[in-house]
Amino acid sequence: MKQQYVYGLSAFFAVVGLAIFFYKWQVLGFPLGQDQETPVWTIESSISFDSGPGAIKVQLLIPTLTPGFRMLNENSVSRGYGFSLNYGSGGREAQWAIRRADGQQTIYYRITVYEDPSADQSDTTPPFPPPPVINEPFRTAVDVIVAEVKEQSADTASFTTELLLRMNDTSPDPNVELLLSNVDSPASFVDSITTILASARIPARMIHGFELQGRQRRAEPVAWLEVHDGDNWRYFDPQSGEETLPERFFIWWRGNEPLISVEGGSNVQVGFAVQENYIDAVTIAERQVAQRGANLIDFSLYALPIQTQAVYSVLLMVPIGALVMVFMRNLIGIDAFGTFMPVLIALAFRETQLFWGVVLFTVLVALGLSIRFLLERLRLLLVPRLSAVLIVVVGLMLVISLVSHRLGMETGLSVALFPMVIIAMTIERMSVVWEEHGAVDAMRAGLGSLIIAIAAYVFMGIGWLEHLILTFPELLFVILALVVLAGRYTGYRLLELKRFKVLAGK
Amino acid sequence: MFEIVRQLRQAGVLGLNERNCEFIMRLNPRRLYPRVDDKVLTKDLALAAGMAVPELYGVIANQGEVRGFADIVAELDSFVVKPAQGSGGNGIIVVTGRSERKREAFRLTSGLLVTRSEIEHHISNIVGGQYSLGGKPDKAIIEYCVRFDPVFDAVSYQGVPDIRVVVYRGYPAMAMVRLPTRASDGKANLHQGAVGTGVDMSRGVTLNGVLSNEVVDEHPDTGALVAGLEIPHWDFILQSAARGYEVTELGYLGVDMVIDRDKGPLILEMNARPGLNIQIANCEGLVGRVRHIDEIHDPVATPAERAAVARREFPPRQRGGCAS
Repeated sequence: MKQQYVYGLSAFFAVVGLAIFFYKWQVLGFPLGQDQETPVWTIESSISFDSGPGAIKVQLLIPTLTPGFRMLNENSVSRGYGFSLNYGSGGREAQWAIRRADGQQTIYYRITVYEDPSADQSDTTPPFPPPPVINEPFRTAVDVIVAEVKEQSADTASFTTELLLRMNDTSPDPNVELLLSNVDSPASFVDSITTILASARIPARMIHGFELQGRQRRAEPVAWLEVHDGDNWRYFDPQSGEETLPERFFIWWRGNEPLISVEGGSNVQVGFAVQENYIDAVTIAERQVAQRGANLIDFSLYALPIQTQAVYSVLLMVPIGALVMVFMRNLIGIDAFGTFMPVLIALAFRETQLFWGVVLFTVLVALGLSIRFLLERLRLLLVPRLSAVLIVVVGLMLVISLVSHRLGMETGLSVALFPMVIIAMTIERMSVVWEEHGAVDAMRAGLGSLIIAIAAYVFMGIGWLEHLILTFPELLFVILALVVLAGRYTGYRLLELKRFKVLAGK
Repeated sequence: MFEIVRQLRQAGVLGLNERNCEFIMRLNPRRLYPRVDDKVLTKDLALAAGMAVPELYGVIANQGEVRGFADIVAELDSFVVKPAQGSGGNGIIVVTGRSERKREAFRLTSGLLVTRSEIEHHISNIVGGQYSLGGKPDKAIIEYCVRFDPVFDAVSYQGVPDIRVVVYRGYPAMAMVRLPTRASDGKANLHQGAVGTGVDMSRGVTLNGVLSNEVVDEHPDTGALVAGLEIPHWDFILQSAARGYEVTELGYLGVDMVIDRDKGPLILEMNARPGLNIQIANCEGLVGRVRHIDEIHDPVATPAERAAVARREFPPRQRGGCAS
């Protein structure tokens, strides 16, 4: 009965821990691996203009819907301008305003994005566009082209492709030539395409964006064509007519409205720069959680101040050490001094590194023991004697640090990181065992403590384990489950097999 | 490895984890521990139940009383100083006499002479908690020094040969005789090098011995055969052990007894966490006997009846692998 209760409880702990773990891993995208980094792109637009005499108002179209990307953050840098974000007809707009300014002005808007294939592909379905008002002789040319293309196409997509092929023909027919006569840029080309598509009652719009790759000091927005086929927005290369979108194409703004408008300024110039960076995947995951509105993140350790995080990155390894301890003592059967002394020693090893940790620990305990035996002759009472041992330990640590510093071995300095009270208690316990049970028992337990400490150190030092526990603290539930299980383990300890071997084989 | 596990399971060998989980935690509620952990209380309870214990000369409960040591032992030539909450036989001093020339000097079992101040320092340590679990302040007991029945003289090197009986739910389940050696420094603890011998429960006769997990025939210091010794007052010993259950109510209990040449078997102490070496000494696992006791358990049986059951039900098995 009790046994089942224990199994149930530890199963419960394990399920809770693993469920949260899987949710964070699979759904929220927290990285399993250590140092997992994700590329992010920072796109900066700099707006410079000469200020006029009066009030200045600057409006910049900024990214709204960006299929394939999610925003990490955005900010603006300007001197003395009031800044606001609004929704306009073409999507989001950044607006800067100032009552007066002198000389050349530069305003920066910066957005940092990361790739997320699951980001929305399109917005709402648009209505059929009204037939555009086109003047003659363009009106006739458009009608002819639409009629011809309609003949040779089956649906919206093939219509668009066919139209683009015609418009890009190196030896265009006269109608096309007429329509292209006042096209002076790729953007106005795409603009005229959307007009023709509108005459065919096909919703289409121009999109402007950037192909994100590496570092681009001067990025030019690329005009692309977006066509709605009744279900989805589809992307077409305005030059080749292919239905495609450049790789890592980040859409900045849609429509044929101008990117920027400056009231009260002149000589306006807009430049874009792209910078690729790598940041910790955890940051991205958290950002994602925040955008989803899940408040699970409030319990994440990464929400704590950096210093506190550092403390917890050590503290959270203690349960791992405790698990090792349980394993070594209850399953293997190694003797040790004190319940958690080896774990604390292992923590000290983290600072001193293993080899020097073991050397310093051994030296400290050996010296402390010999002095403890001298103290024994003074016949001090327990508490004063323990205090004397503690003081001696502190003194020894100081001496070791000084000597090693003189010898130029800086590792000796880290002896100060040993938990001195624990060392003092170890020395006391060891000397008592030494007197009562003999040197062999004392050495055995001392060595056992050291072995467990080393094992705990090894496990507590596994980098990915540390990362895992820090990112997924809920795994403590799983450790708890294991410890609870071990608490009801009634089988033999490994070393008991040797002890009772004489009873086997009958 | 798994083969050994299987064989041990088959032999009914009890492991430490199983002992802690299935025996101690289930049968020994923690609130009952003081009855065995505090030897002063054990003595009171045992006396009240009419059991024989070594006479108590005095208790020193705090540092101020340490000076009273001289008064307590003023008339005594031999006595034992021990911590009330000690474990594993630690912190025990056995004084067997005084120096002929100087009454202030005490002679220990080993023949060593120690001064009164040395003993007082030791008592201070005991009171300060050096030998108690967790370093709690403790009491020092000064009690009658047992004059051992000569039965174990040939197989003891100084110290205290004692008889350990493991009592399960009131039924004596297994017994062993622990014989001190030179290596064990006069202590009767197996893991300190004492020899343990199994006991034929039905007749009270010693079987082969074990010394640090090896089967031995002879005592390592005296060379005398350890097997075949007939333990006097065996029936009384089993009954006293069985009565230990009424006194302590602990379902898994170790009762340690010594045989005084004048006063007969005396209860030295009782233990809520008896060790597992008794299995090696008897060359038999405990689990089989324990299961048998579970089957025949009779809640209203008297200690004498339970002792009789033990004598009847647990004759020595055919000693296979570990007998020489």
